[in-house]
Amino acid sequence: MTESCVAEPTNSVIEESPTESIPATEEAACTHLEDFLRMDRIPHIWCPGCGIGTSVNSFLRAVIDSKIPQNKLCIVSGIGCTGRVAGYINVDSFHTTHGRAIPFATGLKLANPELMVVVYSGDGDLTAIGGNHLVHAARRNIDIKVICVNNFIYSMTGGQAAPTTPAGTIASTTPYGYFENQLNLPQFLEACGAVYIARWTTFHVRQIQKAVCECFKKKGFTFIEVIAPCPTLYGRRNEYRTGLDEMKMFKEKSKIKNNIDTREATLIPGQEIVVGKFVDRERPNFLDSMDEHYGRVLGDAYKPYTGAIA
Amino acid sequence: MDGDSACCEGALAGGCRFVAGYPITPSTEVVELMARRLPKIGGLFIQMEDEIASSIAISGAAWAGAKTMTVTSGPGFSLMMEHIGYAVMTETPCVFVNVQRGGPSTGLPTLPGQQDMMQVRWGSHGDYEVIALAPNSPQECFDLTIQCFNFAEKYRLPVFLMMDECVGHMMEKVVIPPADEIELEPRRYTSQKPGEYYPYNDLENLVPKMIKAGDGYNVHITGLTHDHRGYPAMNAAAQQKLVERLVKKIRDAANDIIMVESDELDDADVIVVSYGISSRVASRAVRLARERGHKIGNLRLITVWPFPESLIEELSQRIKAFVVVEMNMGQIVREVQRCAGSRALTVGVLNAGGAVHKPEEILERILGVLS
Repeated sequence: MTESCVAEPTNSVIEESPTESIPATEEAACTHLEDFLRMDRIPHIWCPGCGIGTSVNSFLRAVIDSKIPQNKLCIVSGIGCTGRVAGYINVDSFHTTHGRAIPFATGLKLANPELMVVVYSGDGDLTAIGGNHLVHAARRNIDIKVICVNNFIYSMTGGQAAPTTPAGTIASTTPYGYFENQLNLPQFLEACGAVYIARWTTFHVRQIQKAVCECFKKKGFTFIEVIAPCPTLYGRRNEYRTGLDEMKMFKEKSKIKNNIDTREATLIPGQEIVVGKFVDRERPNFLDSMDEHYGRVLGDAYKPYTGAIA
Repeated sequence: MDGDSACCEGALAGGCRFVAGYPITPSTEVVELMARRLPKIGGLFIQMEDEIASSIAISGAAWAGAKTMTVTSGPGFSLMMEHIGYAVMTETPCVFVNVQRGGPSTGLPTLPGQQDMMQVRWGSHGDYEVIALAPNSPQECFDLTIQCFNFAEKYRLPVFLMMDECVGHMMEKVVIPPADEIELEPRRYTSQKPGEYYPYNDLENLVPKMIKAGDGYNVHITGLTHDHRGYPAMNAAAQQKLVERLVKKIRDAANDIIMVESDELDDADVIVVSYGISSRVASRAVRLARERGHKIGNLRLITVWPFPESLIEELSQRIKAFVVVEMNMGQIVREVQRCAGSRALTVGVLNAGGAVHKPEEILERILGVLS
């Protein structure tokens, strides 16, 4: 499939529905999507109306677009609903512990730099229990591609509040509404040093696909926040009875604002969801910096690092 | 060379080229030396953000094909517990070094302890077996680190070198043999082809053959209870089958794994049992008792886990008492007691850590059980 299959983000909210917007030329690629899925594990565990599967669809299309060899792609997930993504994608996949997908991926990538390592996990997993690792992998600019599906809630455990939960949200642990400050992930990741940061909703399937393609081309720590509906545990308690209701809200309330100051990347369901590509910059990644640094200070004593495979 | 340095050299000689660590007294010298050594031999040291990260980064590196290690002490070891379980469950070969200090909590950062001997066995949730070795000299820090890597490959699990502050910081002569004289256990990769291979279906002595990421096998690895394909299987039958195998693969191999050093056990009335640095003072106490004409055997556990159950059981049938020396309030002494049953008396010479025993304290106890 060619790059042209992926629509450019426009400056306004896309009007057509995601399914109608897929160009006919994509059909050929669609037949290969199954190669990247463990069909013997279908049906998956996700609820009707959940956005995780939608994000996986866009992701795999980007894998095909970018011609990432199947045997070089690794998916690492933490725990939670999004944590189950690793189990459905037919590549070397690792379902790790809660919050620790990033340090596992760090070890995997550094020990074999040839691998294309993707961390696919949820907001609670990556930003709460795993927050420390998110900070440092971005700071080090480890060459891993993070896809963070943000459904505003811990879903697997029954809908508890997360650092990403919007103010006022009814969650099982905030029966009277959430009153803590919500973490703005693009702003946070920019401060930490990620070289690519975008936010899209599962309404923006082609933009997710394009963003993933762009991340595959970057040699550093990239971060895509995918806002996804969770009708079962977020939506039903908070004005969106079905996944479709939440998708309609995404459609109506999303504002594409590329390259804006990430401090202004507002995320208030029902009011304004700022989406777009916010950061795309160059910075030497961990291994390149290490090579350059040791080469300079150690000279011939440095044995250039090519991986740690025994 | 001190024990911490010997451990580092042992790891390098054992084929380790990826180390993720976090500084903590009294283990820091190991990672500091790794940071100096690895860039010059084509390896990589990364100082992670915490011990939690270190302990899972090594699993990631292991699946990429590396021989890997992390190093810590008590508080860091506590943080690593979940990933010890992960490595057990996913059958990831890796090595953990714990240079023990006094605890609980921050305890005695600069002074020795042997208080993590039960934690290493039971600290992560769930039911499992591990291998833990306890060196009593810098030379053994070198030799046993290599042994840890070899066991990790052979049995596919996390293997522990349970050092302590004393053995880590004491200076002694260490002989490093030429590389071609060191026996290394290579990773046991599958010979099955992609398509026929699943992560847990190619077993030899209950230990599955491995692959590495990027080989084209498209494996799924999870800490969830899984079937032979590596797929989650949420039922009691799958759990029974998996956990039983994880436990059995080590219990069945106990004779291969258990290493002890013994002296004059045959006609002993009392056997002194010790491990790690405590064995150095225990030996002195045994000598003092023998000089007084008593028949005292000396048994040093080099392998603490799996515990040498049948040996203790057998010895208990023909001796009067075991005297167990350890720097904790009673951990391995309970194991000895369990195996000795009522056949022989089991007493401990215990302290809360911070200092090794005086030989006289041990002697006094030996003489006490003889009277």
